[in-house]
Amino acid sequence: MLDFITRIFNRDSGASKNIAKERLRLVLVHDRASVSPQLLQTLKEDLIKVISNYMVIDEDALEVNLENSENQVALIANIPIKSMKRHADVI
Amino acid sequence: MGEVIVVTSGKGGVGKTTTTANLGTGLAQLGYKVALVDADIGLRNLDVVLGLENRIVYDITDVTGGHCRLRQALIKDKRYEGLFLLPAAQTKDKTAVSPDQMKVLCGDLSQEFDYVIIDCPAGIEQGFRNAIAGADKAIVVTTPEVSAVRDADRIIGLLEAAELREPKLIINRVRQKMVAAGDMMNIDDIIDILAIDLLGVVPEDEMVIITTNRGEAVIQDDRSRSGMAFRNIVRRITGEQVPLLNLEEGGLFSKIRRFIGLK
Repeated sequence: MLDFITRIFNRDSGASKNIAKERLRLVLVHDRASVSPQLLQTLKEDLIKVISNYMVIDEDALEVNLENSENQVALIANIPIKSMKRHADVI
Repeated sequence: MGEVIVVTSGKGGVGKTTTTANLGTGLAQLGYKVALVDADIGLRNLDVVLGLENRIVYDITDVTGGHCRLRQALIKDKRYEGLFLLPAAQTKDKTAVSPDQMKVLCGDLSQEFDYVIIDCPAGIEQGFRNAIAGADKAIVVTTPEVSAVRDADRIIGLLEAAELREPKLIINRVRQKMVAAGDMMNIDDIIDILAIDLLGVVPEDEMVIITTNRGEAVIQDDRSRSGMAFRNIVRRITGEQVPLLNLEEGGLFSKIRRFIGLK
């Protein structure tokens, strides 16, 4: 019954503003990242700093990118490891 | 020293010029001395919106080029003592003025006026760079549409990169019926996405078109809802705390929907 009333008053159950908001959210992740490449660069440097406490990595080959799937954006990092440390460096 | 505020948006057609005209008129109504600067060189419009198109002798490029004094180019408004317009050039292009010249110009204007409001052209190219060069503060105008909000986000990033911190947002042309039906993003949705402070919300209103047809600002109309919204924004600019206008039009459907808890 409630469902029926909702449909009458809301015509489409998926209100179009939610679609708008979701699409904007996704597109702005990309916009902001591409407008400010230094943001990804600082992230990269921070990643290297943290991971280097645990393993020796190939800093030049490190790749950090944003990738799209159906309805989310993921941060994909490819970090080649040269060797593992025996103990984590104390931070 | 007056305050220099740039009105910008990224996207065209969201109401920058209308907003500039209304804020200027509203501040002048309160007795402030206001200079409105049309920075949209090549696409001059603030003059027709204010009904001052027949009085233009000199324009902004004549001032920056040294062909006339600043005072000679400023056009006095018909109705309000303290309101002046510095029109854009219509026949030149945006490279006719440089950001450094704009800084000097805004500095000179702020010596004489309480508020200097700059109507920024659409886009993010040199016209935008010029318009923001001499500003102390920025107002970003958007409408509840994906394209306008996306461009607003870009503009906010560029303003912050240019050291114009904490721009304020005006959401224009809100259709409350569509918001109530869930078919238009509401204030919270947009603030959530853009993450900046809200200066005000202006409802979609036919009176804006009607008053603009006459070369008047809707803020002069005491009864219109958009005029009321602009008056509130003006008071907020002067530092007053004014609660948001209730945009609910109280349609039967939205009332029922709220009553049964579906909204």
